[in-house]
Amino acid sequence: MSLRKSWALPESEITPLEVYRERRQFMQGMAALAAGTALGVSPVAAAATKLAGVRASAYRLNEDRTPYKDITSYNNFYEFGTGKEDPSRRAGSLITRPWTVAVAGEVRRPRTWDIDALLKLAPLEERVYRMRCVEGWSMVIPWVGFPLAELIRRAEPTGNAKYVEFITLHDPKQMPGQHSRVLDWPYVEGLRLDEAMHPLTLLAVGLYGEVLPKQNGAPLRLVVPWKYGFKSAKSIVAIRFVEKQPLTAWVRAIPGEYGFYSNVNPLVDHPRWSQAKERRIGEFRKRDTLMFNGYGDQVARLYSGMDLKRHF
Amino acid sequence: MKRIGKPLLFLVCLLPLLRLSGLAMTNGLGANPIEFITRSTGTWTLVGLLLTLSVTPLRRLTGSNGLIRYRRMLGLFAFFYACLHFTTYIWLDQFFDPASIARDIIKRPFITVGFAAFVLLLPLALTSSRGMIRRLGRRWQGLHRLIYPIALLGVLHYLWLVKKDVTQPLIYGALLLILLALRLPWGVSMLAAVGGRFRHGGR
Repeated sequence: MSLRKSWALPESEITPLEVYRERRQFMQGMAALAAGTALGVSPVAAAATKLAGVRASAYRLNEDRTPYKDITSYNNFYEFGTGKEDPSRRAGSLITRPWTVAVAGEVRRPRTWDIDALLKLAPLEERVYRMRCVEGWSMVIPWVGFPLAELIRRAEPTGNAKYVEFITLHDPKQMPGQHSRVLDWPYVEGLRLDEAMHPLTLLAVGLYGEVLPKQNGAPLRLVVPWKYGFKSAKSIVAIRFVEKQPLTAWVRAIPGEYGFYSNVNPLVDHPRWSQAKERRIGEFRKRDTLMFNGYGDQVARLYSGMDLKRHF
Repeated sequence: MKRIGKPLLFLVCLLPLLRLSGLAMTNGLGANPIEFITRSTGTWTLVGLLLTLSVTPLRRLTGSNGLIRYRRMLGLFAFFYACLHFTTYIWLDQFFDPASIARDIIKRPFITVGFAAFVLLLPLALTSSRGMIRRLGRRWQGLHRLIYPIALLGVLHYLWLVKKDVTQPLIYGALLLILLALRLPWGVSMLAAVGGRFRHGGR
């Protein structure tokens, strides 16, 4: 597979992680200084922990990355409220250690993984992906993680495993948004097994080289860059291999508007708004939305012969 | 109070715009400033409409006919924020692309009703002057009853645009229904009765 062709850039053009981080720390320092002087308070974000041993990868975009501040303050994570700034304000109550992820269902080797064991399951790599929200905005995010396929291989799915289901933590004490019935909790997402095995599908544990912030789905989340953002389940506690297509949270909530596949597709509109364009956070003009969010070369074959208008 | 009432109200009505400008200048509009501006101007249009519609019930409740003097200004501020809201959409969302705008108005019900509400507001704003009130006579009041469907369309516009959490639009909807119900015969007599007891009670 020619991963480099359409969206990789030469290694020489990439800002090394260290340099980037130093720059960011410098700017954060300046911002903190300015904010502190102006308001007499310290800025919001507590210093995140750097992840060790993160490798660069070929999965990098030649597009400006969305600033850390925007990625961590403009979120859809209804477990903490439906406002975009609710997660960054309220996710402090989430407890990410100890944390376990139950891998179960149609597998020969079910196992409940401790999060720290999962972190050592495969080498961590940085991948810069586009993220397109179903609402019509997008970001470019440097995730840190490893391919979901690594975990799946160790679980050894049986022949009955056709789909993979991802379940988010359900605990209203930690996730105050779950007191509201806006969705049926817990949040459930799902992929077809071949989608889950695809090399682009990532289990993310970090962002900008640091431990994943709680509002972004700590300690472990899915990232499926060619699908609308809501497909990428956050704060995962269980991964189940099943025979039947899972009934996912948004399909259950509004079946006429959200489908199981939810591939980014500029030709298939949301029933209430257009998906032809998107607003990249930080940009003024809207840009055209790309088929499969620009990952068509890698993933289009998964859907050959399928009517994507019907399987939206 | 009579002399400073109107200038004071004028300044109060400008506060949402001042806040937006202030936030814009201090980088305070968040990660998606255009969405923020669109939401904010839309919200204040709805607030303006509801405030305009609350003048008559308040007048009946308090028996103070002087309140009517503020109604036009409130209505015009609703129109002012509607213009800002509409401009934000035409400019910052669609970048003056007439084909795209036309498609949106036809295809997207929430845009259709929002646009209809805005168009219906135009004749009301244009006939708000003292001269027009005089010229139109009895027909003026009939024309200005358009504010009822306009407000309903505004709430519908909000309801249809939110993704899932309809709490906010339902709050606006409930307030609107209360304000409309207070105009029905039983609402009018209830306001008079409650107001009367309030004013004469305890004597």
